[in-house]
Amino acid sequence: MRFWISSACAFALAVLAAATLKNEYYFFAGYTVLMFVVLATAWNILGGYAGYVNFGTPAFFGLGAYTAVVVFKATAAPLVVQILAAAVMSGLLGFATGLLTLRLRGIFFAIATIAVTVIMETLFINWRYTGGATGLQLLRPAPVWPFESYITMLFVVMAAMTVAAIAIARYIETSWIGRGLRAIRDSEEAAECSGVSTLKLKVFACAISGALMGAAGAPMPMYLSFIEPASTFNLNYAIGALASPMIGGTAHYLGPVIGAVILSTIQQVVTVTISSELNVLVVGVLLVVFVVAAPEGILGLVKKLFPRKKP
Amino acid sequence: MIFSFELLLEAVVFGILLGCFYAAVSIGLSVSFGLLDVPHVAHPAIMVFGAYCTYLLGQYGFDPILAGIVLMPPFFLLGMGVYRFYYETFEKRGSDAGVRGIAFFFGLTLIIEVGLILVFGVDQRSAEAPYIGKALSLGEMRIPWRFIVSFGVALVLMTALTLYLSKTFTGRAIKAVAQDEGALRLMGADPVWIKQWAFGIATAVSALAGAMLIIVGPVEPSLDRVYIGRTFAVVVLAGLGSMTGTLAAGLILGISESIVLMHFGASWAPAVAFGLLLVVLGIRPQGLFGR
Repeated sequence: MRFWISSACAFALAVLAAATLKNEYYFFAGYTVLMFVVLATAWNILGGYAGYVNFGTPAFFGLGAYTAVVVFKATAAPLVVQILAAAVMSGLLGFATGLLTLRLRGIFFAIATIAVTVIMETLFINWRYTGGATGLQLLRPAPVWPFESYITMLFVVMAAMTVAAIAIARYIETSWIGRGLRAIRDSEEAAECSGVSTLKLKVFACAISGALMGAAGAPMPMYLSFIEPASTFNLNYAIGALASPMIGGTAHYLGPVIGAVILSTIQQVVTVTISSELNVLVVGVLLVVFVVAAPEGILGLVKKLFPRKKP
Repeated sequence: MIFSFELLLEAVVFGILLGCFYAAVSIGLSVSFGLLDVPHVAHPAIMVFGAYCTYLLGQYGFDPILAGIVLMPPFFLLGMGVYRFYYETFEKRGSDAGVRGIAFFFGLTLIIEVGLILVFGVDQRSAEAPYIGKALSLGEMRIPWRFIVSFGVALVLMTALTLYLSKTFTGRAIKAVAQDEGALRLMGADPVWIKQWAFGIATAVSALAGAMLIIVGPVEPSLDRVYIGRTFAVVVLAGLGSMTGTLAAGLILGISESIVLMHFGASWAPAVAFGLLLVVLGIRPQGLFGR
């Protein structure tokens, strides 16, 4: 119950901000932060709970973005439809990737997801309908009532998706699915012997994780009014999605949220005040420092410093 | 699309040269990941770092290959240091080293990449040598000398490493540590020390591979991102730690890429290599030449 009240409050705060703040830059920056929260939460479902490193975030994210573009170009469907279509397509990609590669352990799965990313990028580079390598300019439709600007609307939509993603991750974590995934992470053989249908669970986690990443990617073309393969399938999305849970903590659904908020906020500030190269350095240094010095992330540190029973 | 015999022959010849180059840039990873089981995602970044060191030495008149050889001892030490650190922080602690180990090397990759950007900028850099920029004409075919040179270095490098691993005492110890660490410990050898040594060698090889990288084409700090996929593809296709397999997998990748490049255009080439990788991973996860 407390979870639902606090998420409702957070969402209300986002809507309130959208209604009162006039400076559009906040929404530009806030949108990116929220997007990384969704990506990190999605990544953590497979990477954190089950221990399978996914470098393929850009593949799912990019497929979502391109699906939205195709749907928009073909039917001019509203944003909600685009997001749903994107989630379905990326979920299917996650399902297929999972079936093909989740029999592999650890790093092999990670390599396979890199391969999926390269293949997706190549497909869209060669597909004329979406502009090929040069990309496609998009005209934003008028914002839907009660929004005044499209960016604000995208921000609120992303805030809603963030709440949904966290709720899904929380459900998975606390249900039998999460228990099964954790068993897989600790020892796959032991899990299999105890009657956990490991492959089914892993493929399910991969599909859900992929669908969420795709949904997070769907509003991106409208956000930029532009889409192009090289930046859509950029490794930076994989970096953000992987680093945030590592920094925040992978064991709890709040870990990736905390990690993504801190990381993306620092990145936004560094990009604006210093340079965009340095923001990648920030991620690299934080990532190394945390995995070496605080393997449980910020949540682990908090637990160590304030040992008490958490409700 | 025209299928002609000459074009196919040219693609195959070029693919063999390219394939040997791919094998050479992957061979360090074949030791560090294939034999030692270290998820060394930073391997391409270290290679690009080596390429930039080669560039720096080139400013003082060093030939790229000579520079690569000069760089091997310091890179050897660097590799030993990196492995020691990795061992102390992850392998020794044991639990959950998989995910965090990958994340650690991934972070290292980013640090090296941005470090290079801060020092050298994002512009492309290239090396100068008598054989760069000229081409050998064989009838209708024109083969750039830089590929022939890298081909030669690759073959020498691979022969040397194969001999080292099969003939020398330490080399065999490295193979032994890959097979059964516990048994090696029973023989009175220290597996950690041997792994450290092997990782040093893998890193030293990467320095020379970096020199070849800058011989074959201009380098930029983000070049490692392309090679993460390629090098791991070669090592996995080969079957972990198999040296002859690495050469064969490099050739498969090089030839298929160059045939696709010449017949369908450059934009399709990367997908073929990775499609191949996915199929192999799905059907035969132990690799084409794995045990």
